[in-house]
Amino acid sequence: MTKLRMNQAVSAALADAMREDPAVVVIGEDVAVPGGVFKATDGLLAEFGVGRVRDTPISEMGFLGAAVGAAATGLRPVVEIMFGEFLGVALDQLVTEAAKLRYLSAGQYGVPLTVRASVGAGLGFGAQHSQCLETWFYATPGLKVAVASGPQTAYGLLRAAVRDDDPVVVLEPRRLYGGRAEVVTGDDGIIALGSAEVRTAGDDVTLVALGGTVPVAQEAADGAGWGAEVVDLRTLVPWDVATVLDSVRRTGRLVVVEEGPFSGGWGTEIAARVASELFGELRAPVHRVTSPDVPVPYAKPLETRYVPTVEYVREQVGELIETGRTPRPWWSREGAHR
Amino acid sequence: MSTSLDRRVALRDPTARLERMMEIREFEGRVKDLFFEGVVSGTTHLCEGQEAVSVGLAATLRPTDHVTCTYRGHGVALALGCEPSAVLGEIMGRTVGLVGGVGGSMHLSERAVGLMPTFAIVGGGIPVAVGAGLSCQVLGGDDVAVAVFGDGATNIGAFHESLNLAAVWKLPVVFVVENNLYGEYSPIASTTAVTDLAVRAGSYAMPAETVDGQVVDDVAAAVRRAVERARGGDGPTLLEMKTYRYSGHSRADTGPYRPDGELEAWQGRDPIALYADALVAAGTVTAGEVDALRSAVTERIDEVVAEVRQAPEPDPSAMFGHIHA
Ligand SMILES: Cc1ncc(C[n+]2csc(CCOP(=O)(O)OP(=O)(O)O)c2C)c(N)n1
Ligand SMILES: [Mg+2]
Repeated sequence: MTKLRMNQAVSAALADAMREDPAVVVIGEDVAVPGGVFKATDGLLAEFGVGRVRDTPISEMGFLGAAVGAAATGLRPVVEIMFGEFLGVALDQLVTEAAKLRYLSAGQYGVPLTVRASVGAGLGFGAQHSQCLETWFYATPGLKVAVASGPQTAYGLLRAAVRDDDPVVVLEPRRLYGGRAEVVTGDDGIIALGSAEVRTAGDDVTLVALGGTVPVAQEAADGAGWGAEVVDLRTLVPWDVATVLDSVRRTGRLVVVEEGPFSGGWGTEIAARVASELFGELRAPVHRVTSPDVPVPYAKPLETRYVPTVEYVREQVGELIETGRTPRPWWSREGAHR
Repeated sequence: MSTSLDRRVALRDPTARLERMMEIREFEGRVKDLFFEGVVSGTTHLCEGQEAVSVGLAATLRPTDHVTCTYRGHGVALALGCEPSAVLGEIMGRTVGLVGGVGGSMHLSERAVGLMPTFAIVGGGIPVAVGAGLSCQVLGGDDVAVAVFGDGATNIGAFHESLNLAAVWKLPVVFVVENNLYGEYSPIASTTAVTDLAVRAGSYAMPAETVDGQVVDDVAAAVRRAVERARGGDGPTLLEMKTYRYSGHSRADTGPYRPDGELEAWQGRDPIALYADALVAAGTVTAGEVDALRSAVTERIDEVVAEVRQAPEPDPSAMFGHIHA
């Protein structure tokens, strides 16, 4: 075990993956010489050389597409997309090419590609550099989606993604890059895709969180007057239905904590499934705590309000438990929303 | 009180062009200080060293022309006429900001001077300028659209698609690439197959010029030639401005990846010093007047900073505005 920041855990995972398999290559903007804008590929160039660690022009469609082709023909590329939003200019290669190559070749070509991208608000980067974007990918059969919630999951999910024979999108909440924790590396540190983690035990409610909301949900539960099972979903496609259902069966209440717009969020999938499977066993309506349906605003007090805070989660969960009814979100209480 | 439009019209006067470049330089210095002080959050991309491109461009365009620009847009916004307090207000996330503080440093916009919301996605503004050119062509009149972007953006598909589209539709668009030799931490030679980006126009049978981007009147003259072609219905032009950013790419970056002496060499051809010297030599201003101008600019920006520091932050309800018509 070593104490690592999340960005260092990513570098460590990449280095271990590259040592394990000579077919692993790392491609992205400023990943080689500068070691990444978020320093998540630091040291790779020195150890593995320019052949396997490549800086690119600002050509996301070109280099992500090249990675698809390389993946289909023998390499195991890991592409860094500095900010998830930049996938917008390369989306065809990911959702329309990579995700369908295996299907359209009747299994003759697989795409063992990993795409890493930073996501999320909280750093004052404004509307075009602060979104979460899981929902760009989760309705695309053929892709897998994992989201890191700290150094260990960043390491473990990435190692699993690189070993996986299908395209995996690994999202890294950028405000967590600097957070440090003990990390188990090597095979023991690998986290199977599709497995959620129950982080705490509690009787009153199950809080399902993902990525950046995991520490928020955890902290909200830690100091609360109710007991929660905090579940880090870790993988969104495929998601761990059994673990979530087991937990909610025990607690009788589900609150999904999401960063991102209320409408169309990933939590709708979790909430719908739980409501449908556990109909009659629930003590309260399934509930989602999310951001409002707005682009991420820049000004500090606005951005702070946009992301679900510890206090807000606590307040929403508390009200749900107390009243048995769905709490209204802050924006509708304050009449801010038309 | 003067308006953004007055500030724009003033640029016909050479002394005003000098003063505006000084204003941008002073402004960017303050943004850097405020960032390190922690009152500007997120990120900033400064344009110190590139002032002549912004001012030469603005001096030539009409307020009804359309401009798309990048995150490195403080200079273009100030040159086009946006009030320094509104630009700084946006960068500091205050209600007095150009868009009330929801945008930030990378998202400046003022329709009265033709500035569309600046783009934080590399290449994002290039096709949008082509569309603005389409409006100009279809709606009649002789307004034009201008896309301002960096050397790194010429490697993204949107650049190539846009040049071709503007060429085949013969649109009134001027593509202005600020070739400052770096895209983030990468020197142009490591990412780009050609050194002179003007040659890229050749693939689209489009005229192009390579311009000394440190000489404001050279920039203005080249933009005028391109804009006249566009207004006359002769289609798009690519202008490559050779320039340099003194600061690093963003935030705390100091540019350690740059070879020794490179920054100093460019500072030896500083756009403000070059223009001040030229105006003094031509007898337009005296050296004393140049100094006075600089002090006046410093004083004015001092006031702007003091004013914006006092300006209120927006209420959370502000995030719900302007999502739909
Ligand atoms: C599509 C996309 N990819 C990457 C980035 C990250 N990024 C922001 S600015 C920049 C460098 C751009 O260089 P250049 O076009 O030369 O403009 P400059 O910053 O030098 O003005 C990069 C890579 C981005 N914003 N958008
Ligand atoms: Mg550049």
